[in-house]
Amino acid sequence: MQHQSATRVVTQPQNDAAKSATAESAVEIHDLHKSFGGVDVLKGISLTARQGDVVAIIGGSGSGKSTLLRCVNLLETPTSGQIAIQGEPYRMRAGKNGALVPADRRQIQRIRAHLGMVFQSFNLWPHRTVLENVMEVPVHVLKTPREEARARASTLLDRVGLGDKLDAYPSFLSGGQQQRAAIARVLAVDPLAMLFDEPTSALDPELVGEVLSVIRDLAAEHRTMLLVTHEMAFARDVATHVVFLRDGIIEEQGSPTQIFESPRSEHLKQFIKSVA
Amino acid sequence: MAELDIVSPPSSPAALSPKRILVILGEPHRVVLALLGLSGLVMAIHLMDWAWLPQYLPKLGDGLLMTLMMLVASVIVGFLLALPLGLVQVGGIWPLRWLATAFCTAVRGTPLLLQMWLLYYGLGAVFAQFPEIRGSWAWDYLRQAWPYGFLALTISFAAYEGEVMRGAFAGVPRGELEAAEAFGMSRWQIFRRVWFPRAVHRALPTLAGEIILQLKSTPLVATIAVTDLYAVITQVRQATYLTYEPLLFLVAVYLCLSGLLILALRWLENRVPTGQ
Repeated sequence: MQHQSATRVVTQPQNDAAKSATAESAVEIHDLHKSFGGVDVLKGISLTARQGDVVAIIGGSGSGKSTLLRCVNLLETPTSGQIAIQGEPYRMRAGKNGALVPADRRQIQRIRAHLGMVFQSFNLWPHRTVLENVMEVPVHVLKTPREEARARASTLLDRVGLGDKLDAYPSFLSGGQQQRAAIARVLAVDPLAMLFDEPTSALDPELVGEVLSVIRDLAAEHRTMLLVTHEMAFARDVATHVVFLRDGIIEEQGSPTQIFESPRSEHLKQFIKSVA
Repeated sequence: MAELDIVSPPSSPAALSPKRILVILGEPHRVVLALLGLSGLVMAIHLMDWAWLPQYLPKLGDGLLMTLMMLVASVIVGFLLALPLGLVQVGGIWPLRWLATAFCTAVRGTPLLLQMWLLYYGLGAVFAQFPEIRGSWAWDYLRQAWPYGFLALTISFAAYEGEVMRGAFAGVPRGELEAAEAFGMSRWQIFRRVWFPRAVHRALPTLAGEIILQLKSTPLVATIAVTDLYAVITQVRQATYLTYEPLLFLVAVYLCLSGLLILALRWLENRVPTGQ
């Protein structure tokens, strides 16, 4: 089954039937493989996040969960498999060594602009103020008029509790404040899906709460999210769907209650015990 | 949690109030030093021969202008050349990378004086042998000395700054570029909006020092008959048989220029307080 899709590369035309069937899905991943220099990190992942889903991706270190998330916006190019964002598959073609390469850079940029990502280490642009960071993508990628972008950016920053830090430079903010600004930067593009890559792992313990509470609010608004996290209690709380990754495959998935209260696989039981 | 003042930039020397400056200048050791300096100046004015100065002022002005033009032009053009030199060494294909490295190594490994003479006496003599060149509009420039001085200074600055920019481009944290990529910026946008400004900002302290060094290299053009400030002072010394007065005057002018440059570049650096 895995071999079948390695050859079936992604450029199939979209017919209307397929479109309507996937209209509800925000992110659809089919049989995704990724290897780094011969090491298989992802070994056939299929996963669908419907609109409004909050999918928590958990697993030990090296299980491939960050790689999986980074494949969704093609920061990592999958070796094989298919990814579609709101029914639109990335156009890929087979490269020299058989691995996939992007076929249409513009399409990827267009889709990426509507998939905000929140990074473990914030990655705000330090030469711009917090407000400018949030305005950057709307103004320069989405071509929103500057005044409109400014008004929206300051509303969003207000929402994440940084209304008084608009003109501050990122390096003068605490980690928690920087991460909240990074979340506002994502909200500013009106994302189809928000990708969170361990958003609290680089934070001091006392700052984790303020970031989680912002994410919790967003989850309550039924925004689509893919969330790689180590915060099990939080995952259990906000996720609509939990995916347990081990060794490059989805070992178990289900509702938070299923995963955390009646795990079936031995590994998941051990994992929950070890992080609890 | 005590709220720190994280919005206002750290106070810089430029932000001192006049009152505070008076207090600082009033400290005893500073007063003593200032008096010593002042008495030195008074003695220099009274005991030395400055009668030549008024009559040479127009010529000194022209010389100063030439020095400044050499500095500004070679810094601007040299820096524009340094950008691709640094860039291809970080991310270029191997022939370009190899060429850029070879250029930087060769220029940085030989004396600027030697390069200037090779260009002026070597290239200048070669040009003179071609009637096509002698007959063209370009000859008006090529038979003068300053284009060779400008060229030598520019090449030298480009080579040194090529190395500086290589380090600066390589040193921009990967995550900042990744964030730009994740938000759908094109390669050119990533370069223009993030990579380039961040690299320049990181390189600014080094660049400031290099520009001062460049100022101090400009007198070398006097050896190929360009009449810069140094050349005018040489004329003064030959005409008046004075040694110390013209040279001290030269010291004062270069010191003032360096001081002004340092202040201007520091101001530029402090415009973006990245807290690094």
